[in-house]
Amino acid sequence: MAKIIVTTSGKGGVGKTTTSASFSTGLAQRGKKVAVIDFDVGLRNLDLIMGCERRVVFDFVNVIQGEANLKQALIRDKGNENLYILAASQTRDKDALSLEGVEKVLNELADQGFDYIVCDSPAGIERGAHHAMYFADEALVVTNPEVSSVRDSDRVIGLLASKTRKAERGEKLQEHLVLTRYNPLRVEKGEMLSVKDVQDILAIPLLGVIPESATVLTSSNAGAPVIADPLSDAGQAYQDLVARFLGEDRPMRFMTVEKKGLFNKLFGG
Amino acid sequence: MDLMSFFRAKKPATAQLARDRLMVAVAWQRDNDGRRNAGPSYLPQLREELLAVVRKYVQVADGAVQVNVQREDGLEVLEMNIALPEARPGS
Repeated sequence: MAKIIVTTSGKGGVGKTTTSASFSTGLAQRGKKVAVIDFDVGLRNLDLIMGCERRVVFDFVNVIQGEANLKQALIRDKGNENLYILAASQTRDKDALSLEGVEKVLNELADQGFDYIVCDSPAGIERGAHHAMYFADEALVVTNPEVSSVRDSDRVIGLLASKTRKAERGEKLQEHLVLTRYNPLRVEKGEMLSVKDVQDILAIPLLGVIPESATVLTSSNAGAPVIADPLSDAGQAYQDLVARFLGEDRPMRFMTVEKKGLFNKLFGG
Repeated sequence: MDLMSFFRAKKPATAQLARDRLMVAVAWQRDNDGRRNAGPSYLPQLREELLAVVRKYVQVADGAVQVNVQREDGLEVLEMNIALPEARPGS
């Protein structure tokens, strides 16, 4: 039975696609068969982050409209043979997706033996975001420790609890908080909301804290999910996140400031 | 504190401000989209603290203090009910 997970946030630019790419790669590295779908019709980006943009021939909308079959449209990841990417259409308008069409593709993926289907939601709370979350069993709510992102995440949590298939059936959709771009130094200085602040406000279980890291940008420059970089702190945080998702007990890391040397103590900022 | 910060003007911590503003914004949002009818997020804590204060003077049951926020004609009303235990005859 395939498990459907939506990566969502409301606000744009908080790390949804980065999270989808690393999360699905991490699951695949652990032997799961994973499909990751870009729901951002017209503004596709997942292909760039995953580094497969030159191999996109057919996309999600082509499959829904019967212009290509799923096999033709699924792009096998370059590093993981059990990870597949379904790109969003770059040319069609947003109305090209329908709930029936989305359901058909998800069912077909489930029939093909996928363990996990990761739906990378577009920003906003319009149709695209609704399509991405509707069939989900679980949700990764990606949030930055910043007021507008937290408020938008709260709004999305409300939608997950009311506008999804699970909600309509009276079932519980499991939400997970993924706090990204976390800067412990700024938290310590009282300049940034802490993990606890965000948890208190959103009141959903914390799956992982991803530190603000230069390697997120360099990884996306190179088209390789940051989780594939074993030296990156953000990559390691995503590894922990995936392990936790699969039920492993891993302590949270990167939540406190590393000790400074004497020089920094005297002259550091 | 390091040497350089001694020369810098002290800025107030804004994270607490962000937290407080969000608490209000989110409570308003939850009221408006009709979800979590439990009311603003501070209610459970308010209830607990009120219960503790009441218990300084009167021993009441756990459910003796009820707190609700109601909206009437665009006005928010904080309603509080404290049920005292029945006086025993002779006491």
